[in-house]
Amino acid sequence: MDFFQQQGKNAIENMRSLGRSALILWHAALWLPVSVERYRLLLRQLYRVGVLSLLIVAVSGLFIGMVLGLQGFNTLSRFGAEQALGQMVALSLVRELGPVVTALLFAGRAGSALTAEIGLMKATEQLASMEMIGIDPLHRVVAPRLWAGFISMPLLAAVFSVIGVYGGQLVGVNLLGLDHGSYWSNMQSAVDFYDDVVNGIIKSLVFGVLVTWIAVYQGYNARPTAAGIGESTTRTVVFSSLAVLGVDFLLTAVMFGD
Amino acid sequence: MMSLIEVRGLCYAIDNRSIFDHIDLDVKQGKITAIMGPSGTGKTTLLRMIGGQLRPDGGTITMDGQNISTLNRRALYTLRQRMGMLFQSGALFTDMTVFDNVALPIRVHTTLPETYVRDLVLMKLQAVGLRGARDLMPSQLSGGMARRAALARAVALEPEIVMYDEPFAGQDPIGMGVLLKLIKSLNETMGMTSVIVSHDVAETAQIADYIYLLADGKIVCHGTPDHLLQHKDPHVCQFMQGLADGPVAFDFPASDLRSDFGCA
Repeated sequence: MDFFQQQGKNAIENMRSLGRSALILWHAALWLPVSVERYRLLLRQLYRVGVLSLLIVAVSGLFIGMVLGLQGFNTLSRFGAEQALGQMVALSLVRELGPVVTALLFAGRAGSALTAEIGLMKATEQLASMEMIGIDPLHRVVAPRLWAGFISMPLLAAVFSVIGVYGGQLVGVNLLGLDHGSYWSNMQSAVDFYDDVVNGIIKSLVFGVLVTWIAVYQGYNARPTAAGIGESTTRTVVFSSLAVLGVDFLLTAVMFGD
Repeated sequence: MMSLIEVRGLCYAIDNRSIFDHIDLDVKQGKITAIMGPSGTGKTTLLRMIGGQLRPDGGTITMDGQNISTLNRRALYTLRQRMGMLFQSGALFTDMTVFDNVALPIRVHTTLPETYVRDLVLMKLQAVGLRGARDLMPSQLSGGMARRAALARAVALEPEIVMYDEPFAGQDPIGMGVLLKLIKSLNETMGMTSVIVSHDVAETAQIADYIYLLADGKIVCHGTPDHLLQHKDPHVCQFMQGLADGPVAFDFPASDLRSDFGCA
């Protein structure tokens, strides 16, 4: 009996936290940067969430593109199809690796920082004192960070893909001697704007919402102790990584499944 | 004398442990009301309820006739502009300077031009003796300075009521004297109603007009400081004079001492 009671209690608790997180998302979605003050708040978070993540995203993109070039060239050349390298690199990046790897990096770089920051603000009573000043922390603290995440993620994923394609060229063309023209023209004819690029952008948008939402919620509901903030930060990275990979499968099945 | 805040039949429990058991309490307009009691009796919880951050399980808390626990989000945030609260840790926003911390409530809730905001903030900082520290970040302040800066922020909008959560805890004697004078003068010159939550008997009794003594979820006794200091009840005596022996147990409830050391 205790077992069932515990299961029921857990289920109710999970539903409640789902409801709370939905409320956070709802409040943030209604917050639009319409005034100068809000615009400035958003800009600062865009810098911290987006611009500061640029370096890790760019470097990872370059290396992943180079590895793709190396592996792809080796495999394709066995079938004499090395001129298809451009399309292989571009499709892998635009459809899958760009959105997914960027989202994983984003969760580690920006998501964990968001959780820790908001959690610490809660632990040091900054959120409570903001409420008492008559400022809603959901508007001032949570919403700008959520929007910054929504906006930065697709842009970061695009940067990742572009640099990855360039990395593929560095290895495939400049190092291994593939023809420059066939690398780019094959890519141009094989990559469809709507089927590939737009679907990739949709993926990165969805991942951006997922990761930032999880990060902000974990911070806002962290236990206000040192250990509690540590747990929440870990949970942010674990949950958002799993969510990204799981949702990626669903989206891929819907977009490219037929 | 009008009551600004009225608490009637307040009940609250955490995990089936009763924190408040039908508490009645009045905060008179323009007076300094102190809520005192041993640590862990829910004094801070009471302040959070007055601020609308926690909802009671039963009973009502009204400010100026408005029932705080039934207000919607928007009305509650409007009402909070009439309150100021000094948190025990100060709770300054760590990502902005002292100046911006004090300016924040003014900038958000008024449309005053920046030159007025500057003058107002400097006046508040001057009052707490931190005009020279305006450009420092909160991490560069000592604990006492942080609390004074937080006090400047709490009164920035000249609220009708200011709530102090353990304002004297961990202050050095000078800081304590400064704070006492500040609270008293804010109360007298600006006509602010004050609620102090504290367990520092001597300091609080100096400035309070009326004291409520809270223990075991109930108001044990209430009256003017003199009335309480001369009270005959052993509970009240023990707390007001800080005696280790008396009817109030200092130890956390535990099993028999002898059995813990294996000699039972």
